[in-house]
This record gives sequence, structure tokens and C-alpha cells, in this order.
Amino acid sequence: MARNIQSVERAAAMLRLLAGGDRRLGLSDIASALGLAKATAHGILRTLQNEGFVEQDPESGRYQLGAELLRLGTSYLDIHELRARALVWTDDLARSGGEAVYVGVLHQQGVLVVHHVFRPDDSRQVLEVGAMQPLHSTALGKVLAACDPVAHSELVEAKREPFTARTVTDLDELEQVLGDIRDRGYATDLEENWEGVAAVAAPIFDRHRLAVGAVGITGAVERVCLDGAVRPELIAAVRDCARSVSRDLGSGRF
Amino acid sequence: MTDAHTAGPFIAAIDQGTTSSRCIIFDRDGRIVAVDQKEHEQIFPKPGWVEHDAAEIWTNVQEVVAGAMVKAKVAKEDILSIGITNQRETTMLWDRHTGQPVHNAIVWQDTRTDTLCRELGGEVGQDRFRRETGLPLAAYFAGPKIAWLLDNVPGLRERAETGDLLFGTMDSWVIWNLTGGPRGGVHVTDVTNASRTLLMNLDDLKWNEDIAAEMGVPMRILPEIRSSSEVYGEVRGGALGGLLGGVPVASALGDQQAALFGQTCFGAGEAKSTYGTGTFQLMNTGEKLIHSESGLLTTVGYRIGDADPVYALEGSIAVTGALVQWMRDQMGLISTAAEIETLASSVEDNGGAYFVPAFSGLFAPYWRSDARGVIAGLTRYVTKAHIARAVLEATAWQTREITDAMIKDSGVELAALKVDGGMTSNNLLMQFLSDVLDAPVVRPMVAETTCLGAAYAAGLAVGFWDSTEDLRANWRRAAEWTPAMEPEAREREYRNWLKAVDRTMGWIEEDQQ
Repeated sequence: MARNIQSVERAAAMLRLLAGGDRRLGLSDIASALGLAKATAHGILRTLQNEGFVEQDPESGRYQLGAELLRLGTSYLDIHELRARALVWTDDLARSGGEAVYVGVLHQQGVLVVHHVFRPDDSRQVLEVGAMQPLHSTALGKVLAACDPVAHSELVEAKREPFTARTVTDLDELEQVLGDIRDRGYATDLEENWEGVAAVAAPIFDRHRLAVGAVGITGAVERVCLDGAVRPELIAAVRDCARSVSRDLGSGRF
Repeated sequence: MTDAHTAGPFIAAIDQGTTSSRCIIFDRDGRIVAVDQKEHEQIFPKPGWVEHDAAEIWTNVQEVVAGAMVKAKVAKEDILSIGITNQRETTMLWDRHTGQPVHNAIVWQDTRTDTLCRELGGEVGQDRFRRETGLPLAAYFAGPKIAWLLDNVPGLRERAETGDLLFGTMDSWVIWNLTGGPRGGVHVTDVTNASRTLLMNLDDLKWNEDIAAEMGVPMRILPEIRSSSEVYGEVRGGALGGLLGGVPVASALGDQQAALFGQTCFGAGEAKSTYGTGTFQLMNTGEKLIHSESGLLTTVGYRIGDADPVYALEGSIAVTGALVQWMRDQMGLISTAAEIETLASSVEDNGGAYFVPAFSGLFAPYWRSDARGVIAGLTRYVTKAHIARAVLEATAWQTREITDAMIKDSGVELAALKVDGGMTSNNLLMQFLSDVLDAPVVRPMVAETTCLGAAYAAGLAVGFWDSTEDLRANWRRAAEWTPAMEPEAREREYRNWLKAVDRTMGWIEEDQQ
């Protein structure tokens, strides 16, 4: 069996010591309870404090469990919260881009559409909230697979159906595509899921820089593309929108 | 988000609201170019009393206008006109020589004039001035608030009689200050704001001298009543003089009427509902002045220049978003308002539970102050998720009741309901709303319909837009929900809702009221 890492064990012991009710302990108490030198204990405590797992009371100098720890396990972004935060920005994206906007999150082995803004013309359109899209052949799916490790592993395991002649199903080829997406910060889909339809999507990050969703526009390839590539102003608009929603979710500037 | 495609000229709209003042700059397509916003203090001197410092509000208005112009990187040459929308009914008096408010503004929610309204009603009761003004005698409206100030603040009545004081709702205060204040500011209000004073005749849109005399309000303090869309004057002097001097001030609309205008509900039978803590629904009834048989208010929708006025029926629901907040803050069943949808979506239906949030009685169409909230139909089967569902359904059923009353009064079927406000991000609610109304529910692409309405009216006045048809062309559908409920299910659920409503009544006994 591999040797355990001592400092992680010590950190775990500290958290256990502070757990349970409203417990606050000073540095010397913690050090002596765990049989550690004060300097060692202090180093670990400071690291835990930086991660938000431990907080220090400014008056007494004593340590207690941090808010971050309480959030672990219960913290996931509610999809309806995501929609509420995205509403203003996605309206504006639809308006400036002239195309339908979708916000998606990873759900099982695909993308669940949690928000949809109509294309801003007077045509009859049906709300697609609740619909599923594949991970490997849509811009939303690919950008999630590129930025979220869980989505990536789902993509690897999922059956990758060829929907059009342009769908990429080969895993090695897909990995390359995902690498490019990671580098560029956005994904495109040029008739890979539906004939005649193109899309571009960018990731939405939360305050931990985790990709919690994706936002993108989808429309007729004739409008969305120019000379076989997505129009640069649409890419810029989608990325602006993704950044704005991320900022609303507490993600720092990037 | 600003973007490079947006080019001037622009219209600026000021929204002087209950909790904050905002300025939004719009382009020709009705798109937002820049926003600035500042909150002001809510003053609670006694239980039931709510006041604002009007001087603070005017300072904030100047700041947000300047702020929005900086953010939009525009100069006054790019701004063709300025429009105003405002919290309705909030009442203030100021000295016409110094420009200083003589008392805090009394906010619409303030209930200090309850007793006065009962006294004014006399033997006839709260409908005493309804025929003339379209309103019941209730504490919201401005007229009795003026009377309270004149009768309770020492010296004010004398100063009013000698002509030193001016009365205004927030539109009047902002316009007077924008156009020069003590140095030649114009003292006007628009028909929509005047229609919330209990002092204006709905048919000829003039102050009613008899009612004013009855309330003890001297005619000389009242502003001139003008249309909602015309040039009242130009920006002059003050901090904004340099920034916007010479720009026409060209619209005023009460906030709910502005939303009706921003939603481009220009045809009779078109209706909008704004879903916030409470909900305000207005239906355009065209040039027809309809006296409600169902307890709705009759109000002026808008008037464009010299055109005939357009009337509206208004129904308000006291508790909609507030019920979701109650689930979050008082019950602790959810941690954010958006989570109500997650919880409600975890079950297929309400499990037989119905929630009537008659927290302070039932409003239109019942008007029962003896009612209190009820959760009906409880069994061992019901979970918190079913209650969450019942919470959302309550908003939809209350909308249905208001809508039914509007259809009954106007004789016009509802073709579609245009919605705005925070709760429109709740997909489950919007679908259920469409289901119970048996009509499409449509959300427009610009959520800021209140400011947009003021901008539209100000732009029409200076020819930036030619007609209301021009404005309709700007309207964009962002989402639409269509009914998907079986008629039998709808009828059964509505019957159950009505049974639950019935159980709220008579809870408060006479001597407790």
C-alpha cells in the first residue's frame, strides 16, 4: 500500500478537532491536541484558511470551521438560478446576434437545455427548455466536454452517433477538437448535429472557475457562417455573454 | 453589454422607482445602451408609515442620468429627448421659491390616511368618488395624502393658501427640477399620474374642484395636467444644465402604465402583467372608459399629445413573488427564490394542496379584508415540494381571477398575456400560467419595459419614432408558452382553487379588524 501523505492526515485531524457545534480553538490547543510543533500546526492552519476550510476569529485569534467547508457537498448551482442570472444577458445576445440563444448544463450523458431565447424575428418558434442535446456533436456539448472533466468522461463513455456527414465520432479526433476548444475558449458546430445548422458556444464558470454550463447561439449556417467559419462578431458576442453570466455567478475577471 | 453596432441618436429614460432611481439610454431599436441606478433610503417613522427624502431622490436622479451618459459615452447632441416614469401616488409638497421639499414624500404604501379615507367616504363608503375618478377611497392614492400633510404639518396650509407651495407626484418633482426648478421650472403632471390622485375626472381629464374642496386641497397647488407624450420643457440649469441643457423633457407615465406602453399594448384587449413582489395587470380598453363591476380600478392608460386618451382596467395582486420570499425567509424551505422551481419540479402536481396567500386580506375581485391565508387540501401525502408547487400555482390562479374580471368588465377576450418582471424566469410558472389562462403567455426580449415605455413616449413626442406602429415593430418575443392543459383538468383545478379561496374568508372577526 502506498504511504499516506502526512500533512493531509494532519489537516484532516484538525478539521475533525474543530468539527461539531460552535467550537473555536487557539493555535496552542490545536498543536498540543495533535502533538504537533506550533510552527507545523500554524502552516497547515494557514493553508486551510486560504482554501476557506478554516476561519480565524479576528478578535480572539482562535480558529473555527470555515464557510467553504459547510458549502462542500451541498453546493451545486441550481439550474433555475443559472437561468435567472442568464436572463438579461441572453436576451441581449439574441438581440445583437439575431439568432436563438440556448443555455445548457451537463445532464446524464448529454446537454440539458435550461434556457432558450427565441430568434428575434416574428417567426413561430417553440420553447425548447427541457430538451436534450448530444455532447459530441453540438457546440454546447463540446464546450462542456472541453471544460468540465465530468462532461468529458461522459463523452468518452457515451455512444457517439453520426448525425450528419460532418459529425466527428472518432475519440482521438474529438480529443484534438476539445484541445483546440480549451485553447480558444469557445466551440463551434458546423452542421455536425443538424444539416444546415451552425452554432457557437462558450463556457459559463462559477466562482471556483468550474464550468457549470454553456451558452451559445444556433442558427441557419448561411446566417451564422461566412466563408465556412462562424462570423467573428458572433463568436465575440457569445463570449461576452458567457463572461457576463460568469461574472454574475461570482467568477473573477478573466 | 454595449456593442459596437449601437449608434445614436438615443432617448434617455428616468425611472424614479420605489426603492431606486435609474436612468437607461435606449437606441432606435429599443435596445439598452447603458444603465445607471442608485437606491434611496426608505424611511419608516411609525408602523405603516413609509417616507422618502425627495431632495435625496433628486440628487440621485441627477447622478444616474450623468452616470448613464458617461457609461454610454454620449453627449447631449446624441440625446433627442428625456422621458420619465415613476412610482405612482407617492406625494410631496415643496416650496416654489426655494425648491426645497417641506416634508418627506409620503410613499404609496403608506397607510396613515386610512382613517381620513373612511371619513371622506362617509355614508356612501369607499366608492364615493369612484364614478368620477375610477378609484376607491384607499390610502394609496395621492389626494388624501396631500390633505394629511396640509392638516398635520404646522404652517403648510397657510403656505399652500398663499401660493408658496406646489404639489406633485414624483414625475412633477423631477420635471420641475429638470426644467429649471425655482427659476422657471414647469409645474406639470401627466394624465396617468393625475388619474391616481382621486382628484381628476376620468372623462374630461381635468381636476375635479368639488372633490378637491371636499378633501381641502387648494386648486392652486395642483400641477397642470398634460398628455403623457409631449414636450413639457427643456433641461435648464442645475447640475444637469451643462450636461443636457436644451434637451426636451418629453414624457411622463406612471410605472405600470409605462410598462403597458413599453410592452406595446396599444390595442383594446391587449394586457400586460408585471410579476414582482406583487403583480400589476393592466388591460388596454381603448377610448372606452369602463366602470368595473368586479372591483378593478379604472385608470388612464396613456395619452399621446392631442390624441384621445386611452383607458385601462387595472387589477393588482398583493402577494405573488412575496410568497416565494416567504417560503425562503420565513419557512426556510429554499435558499434562493429560483430554487422554488427546482423544488416544485420534483413532483408532478400539487398533491391536492392549494395555497391562498391572503396575508392581508383578499384584493380584486373579492375585496375582503377579513380574509387570511390558507393552505387547503392537506393530507399525509403532501410534501414540501407539493407546497412549492401550490405556491407557484397561487400566482397563476390569482392572475386568472383578475383576467376573468377584466374579460367580464370589458367584454373583450384575452388574446395573449404579455409578461415581465423577475418571476418570468420561472419556466414552470409561466407554463402553468398559460395553462390556466388557456391563452399564450409571451415574454418580450427587453425586460426593462417600464423604462422602455417612458423612452417610447419621449421619442414619439420629438418624432424619433413616427407612430405606435413603429414601436410595435421593435417588439421582440423572447419566449412564448402555449396552453397544454386538458380543459377538464383546468376546470377541476380552478374549482378547487375557488374552494380554497372560500375558506380564507371571515377569519378575522369584526372586533379584530
